Amino acid sequence: MMTIEAFGRRLRAGEITSTQATEECLQRIEADNPRLNAFILVMAEEARRQAREADRELAAGRDRGALHGVPISLKDIFDVRGVPTTAASRVREGHVADRDAPAVAHLRQAGAVIIGKANLHEFAFGTTNEDSAFGPARNPHDPSRSPGGSSGGSAASVAAGMALASIGTDTGGSIRIPAAACGIVGLKPSLGEVSTDGVVPLSRTMDHVGPLAQSVTDACLVYHALLGDAHAMPPAPMPLHGLRLAVPRTYFCDLLDDEVRARFEASLDRLRAAGVHVDEIAIQHAADIGPVYLHIVLSDAAAYHASALESMAERYTPNVRMRLEMGRYLLAEDYVRALAGRDMLKREVDAALAQHDALILPSLPIPAPPLGASSVPVGKTTEPVRNVMLRLTQPFNVTGHPAIAIPSGQTSTGLPCSVQLVGSRAQTDALLKVALACEPQIMSADSPPRSGKVGG
Amino acid sequence: MTIDSWLQAAIADAARRGLPELKSALETLSRATTALRAADFNDHADVEQTADGRRQAPDGGRR
Repeated sequence: MMTIEAFGRRLRAGEITSTQATEECLQRIEADNPRLNAFILVMAEEARRQAREADRELAAGRDRGALHGVPISLKDIFDVRGVPTTAASRVREGHVADRDAPAVAHLRQAGAVIIGKANLHEFAFGTTNEDSAFGPARNPHDPSRSPGGSSGGSAASVAAGMALASIGTDTGGSIRIPAAACGIVGLKPSLGEVSTDGVVPLSRTMDHVGPLAQSVTDACLVYHALLGDAHAMPPAPMPLHGLRLAVPRTYFCDLLDDEVRARFEASLDRLRAAGVHVDEIAIQHAADIGPVYLHIVLSDAAAYHASALESMAERYTPNVRMRLEMGRYLLAEDYVRALAGRDMLKREVDAALAQHDALILPSLPIPAPPLGASSVPVGKTTEPVRNVMLRLTQPFNVTGHPAIAIPSGQTSTGLPCSVQLVGSRAQTDALLKVALACEPQIMSADSPPRSGKVGG
Repeated sequence: MTIDSWLQAAIADAARRGLPELKSALETLSRATTALRAADFNDHADVEQTADGRRQAPDGGRR
């Protein structure tokens, strides 16, 4: 599977058509979806029609930009006119969207081919993709393991070559976690940049829409298309020499799998060798992130789901139902305390970035966990899977800073590791310039294959 | 409402609603709430700010 960037070059050179690329993705879906369960809905005929139209337009001289004719999957949480938005839940049975979400409309305007709707953790409320009314999605690198979540089907679809990119949502890490687990790039833009209208909410104050892709350049192209700017070119990478990165070691590096830690340190070494200045900084209230996040996300989710919990509770998967019910018992005074914590954390991350181009830290403390595991070994301890998977990503949903997960190599058993870069609020393009510069150093020579044949 | 009294009320209500399995989740949540209330970014009407600018929950977050 080629990148969007490479596809675009070949498309415009007349070496490939959108129809051919779309057929290749559909063949991969037919071959691998029974094993990976990445898709809830494959829109084969509609995708073929869109691809033919993209080819006709290009032949007639109309070029819609970088996503013209590009097969893309959507997490099944986005409204697409005329098809169900299941959110991987039986609660949504009978729902059919009457219009496209703005993010989807922008993709269509950019000429993208919507190839299907990807599996997810029910209502985006989980990190493993195990709790889905359609069964778990599986990791292309090892189908006995989670692809991460909640955008697990999205990540699996890209890693397995079923789509050139996917659109996910990220409320506590749900783009970056599956990107890390599946060895691809995941971008959470700054809070509020990409519209969340027409997207089933988890937390209206922490939901972000963004791309999962095969490279930082591809993520950049999709991000701009989501903003409605389909003709934007990727920015020039920042010069590596003189770039200033900050590692927040306390909390963020306290609890890491040994091999994840080794890959992270190796990435830092390569960046230093390339002339990047790497400082160590502290975010004073980092240890308070978990409670702050939990009180906000549970309250927001409970408000949205309260009515359905009363009328059709049995339709939820048991774990998600319990998580939502917890939120119904929170006190308003504790929600207000969490909002105070959020303000404190925003200020502290802003201060950490004041003298640096980006923060750098691992994306996921562990490699992809086995499906069904409730806890996992991390270094010398054992930790609950959900807590440990959210640990390094949720801070930047609380604060709204843009963040990107970039593959950084593999463990000895071939599972992907990932490094996260975090930029200043409302400065996603600046973060992308840093990410474009750092990507070659972060990705080691043994980074996961990007051929689309992951897992055979 | 103290966290202990909140927790007992929540567990009792969950049991009344036929959700006894919520008990362990609520106990986990109570530990998170304790940590949240103990954080030094909270304001308390009955506590003066200390010289270093930090504030302490009056009873370590249990209320």
